[in-house]
Amino acid sequence: MAAYIVRRILQAIVVMLTVALIAFSLFRFVGDPILALVGQDTTLEEQAELRKELGLTDPVVVQFARFVGNVARGELGISYGQRRPVIDMFKERLPATLELSLLSAVLAIGIGIPMGIYSGLHRDGWLSRVFQTVSLVGISLPPFLVGILLIYLFAVFIGVLPSQGRGDTVQLGWWSTGLLTWSGIKSLILPAITLGLFQMTLIMRLVRSEMLEVLRTDYIKFARARGLKNRVVNFGHALKNTLVPVITVTGLQVGSIVAFAVITETVFQWPGLGFLFLQSVQTVDIPVMAAYLVFVAAFFVIINLIVDLLYYVIDPRLRLDRTTSSDHGG
Amino acid sequence: MAEPLLKVENLRVEFPTRRGTLCAVDDVSFHIQPGEVLGVVGESGAGKSMTGIAVIGLLEAPGRIAGGRIVLEGQRIDDLPYEEKRKLRGRKIGAIFQDPLTSLNPLYTVERQLIETIRTHLEVSESEAFERAVSLLREVGIPAPEQRIKHYPHQFSGGMRQRVVIALALCAEPSLIIADEPTTALDVSIQAQIITLLKRLCRDHGTSVMLVTHDMGVIAETAHRVAVMYAGRLVEVGPVKDVVRNPSHPYTAGLMASIPVIGRKVENLSQIDGSMPRLNAIPEGCAFSPRCPQVMERCRRERPPLDTRGRTEVSCWLHAGESVDA
Ligand SMILES: Nc1ncnc2c1ncn2[C@@H]1O[C@H](COP(=O)(O)OP(=O)(O)OP(=O)(O)O)[C@@H](O)[C@H]1O
Ligand SMILES: [Mg+2]
Repeated sequence: MAAYIVRRILQAIVVMLTVALIAFSLFRFVGDPILALVGQDTTLEEQAELRKELGLTDPVVVQFARFVGNVARGELGISYGQRRPVIDMFKERLPATLELSLLSAVLAIGIGIPMGIYSGLHRDGWLSRVFQTVSLVGISLPPFLVGILLIYLFAVFIGVLPSQGRGDTVQLGWWSTGLLTWSGIKSLILPAITLGLFQMTLIMRLVRSEMLEVLRTDYIKFARARGLKNRVVNFGHALKNTLVPVITVTGLQVGSIVAFAVITETVFQWPGLGFLFLQSVQTVDIPVMAAYLVFVAAFFVIINLIVDLLYYVIDPRLRLDRTTSSDHGG
Repeated sequence: MAEPLLKVENLRVEFPTRRGTLCAVDDVSFHIQPGEVLGVVGESGAGKSMTGIAVIGLLEAPGRIAGGRIVLEGQRIDDLPYEEKRKLRGRKIGAIFQDPLTSLNPLYTVERQLIETIRTHLEVSESEAFERAVSLLREVGIPAPEQRIKHYPHQFSGGMRQRVVIALALCAEPSLIIADEPTTALDVSIQAQIITLLKRLCRDHGTSVMLVTHDMGVIAETAHRVAVMYAGRLVEVGPVKDVVRNPSHPYTAGLMASIPVIGRKVENLSQIDGSMPRLNAIPEGCAFSPRCPQVMERCRRERPPLDTRGRTEVSCWLHAGESVDA
């Protein structure tokens, strides 16, 4: 157990260091950070002094180590564009992105999995056919188009839901939440559907095909032959066996929800990290871009860790030593 | 003769397909006495498994029982609602399938799978079920059952897993076990052990067995009677001695001649030219007529009924009319 977890955590650290190296290279080698910081009237001597002061003359390895240390302490540098600490900007924007992503993930998982189970169990039912058709739409429409269609339908045409922004938010410490006001919740609905639709259909189709697969296995036939109740066979035996692949994909999808949020946030003018990132790309605000990169990577790494731990909980073949499995003979 | 435990009468299993209806089991009738082992043999695709699946009520759509009756202990079971059939499975009819490696759910311990089966059928407490599970494992020859019961399927070898499967089939003391090629997937060295175990257990518990196998050696050693299937039809059924030594049907004769060595498997019939027809191309009259060395004009036109000849029943025009003097 411990060895497995330690191994996973070490892998996660390696991944994060690699990402940090990329972020660091952005800083170091894309443009000149000094020119981005100083005004036009600074002399070359002053620039050189600043260069020294900021440690830019140290060996690259030392600089990288310092960079990693800073990131670990949450010092993400100063935004070139806004001349404010990036960490402060992130704190303002993070709640918007996380609340949106969370709701999308809940929608995708909470609706996608039951729909998948249903259409796996009732393969030829009419409702399953409806789900299949709907899912084709969800999987083939790009998110920005879904967003625009939803805005047109619900914000412009019917006019019941807002088309942009977060609505009113409530401050809880540094966290600003839109979940406690009516207008905040209304504002979340369209972006959450836009962001989660693709993942929902993907999860639904995956659960369906995994269910169909597992229901064909010998141990399910044998479970029925033992006279177990349908409910036990379908949910206790079949569903549990679909979990490993479903969790893998679901984990990745939750990760990509955060990544895809860039598009949805832009369509809905959602004041989150993705929107901030897009703006920073336009102004080549490298500290913000680098920090976003690190953030998304960290998110994926954490989700992967959780997925690995869940495997471990679900599948005994991973968690048991194999000393007893080598006995032979009948 | 005592009332049979299982009576299958004119069973017909159909699969509707786009290109017409396939008949996987066609007018099959046989019976199994209490405590009796009925061997079922025939080439691949003959309908052996389908017959067993129809009896335990696990035919999957679009397959369906299109005719006939299945009677267990005097009660008709083929027309019962799903839930009633489910209660019979495991309780009255146990099943053992071919591949022990895949018959057990990999995510649950043997303990959990045994206990859930026991408690599905018997009104016992968790601890009584546990006791029963341990003693079942001991009975099927698993060493140190108190410890082994806590293990997962992947921690057992193939032979041991098949023992667990047998224990699962025996959980609620069914009166009939359908064993569909229970040793085919196992190491040759282990096959005999499993068959011996199955034979002993069924004798001790008075359980009847429908034993589907390709191995005539197993039939000769284990079964009391044997049924021979061909293209979904029953061609001959009778006591092992009569059928093996003195087969009545030319197909059975070919089958026996092709396996001079006990333990050799029936894969193809070297003695008989051709191969079994596909279900969508079964000839008129006797299904075996195109390959039959003793074919007559009548065989190609009319389908022979299953007639009694001595202690066997055979479906062949060669023996038409003999039943009277038998
Ligand atoms: N879903 C299905 N649709 C159409 N035909 C089917 C279906 N399932 C099985 N069959 C047919 O039913 C026939 C009988 O199959 P069955 O499995 O009973 O053969 P078997 O005698 O057990 O052969 P084996 O020795 O290979 O196990 C086969 O010809 C098979 O093609
Ligand atoms: Mg078979």
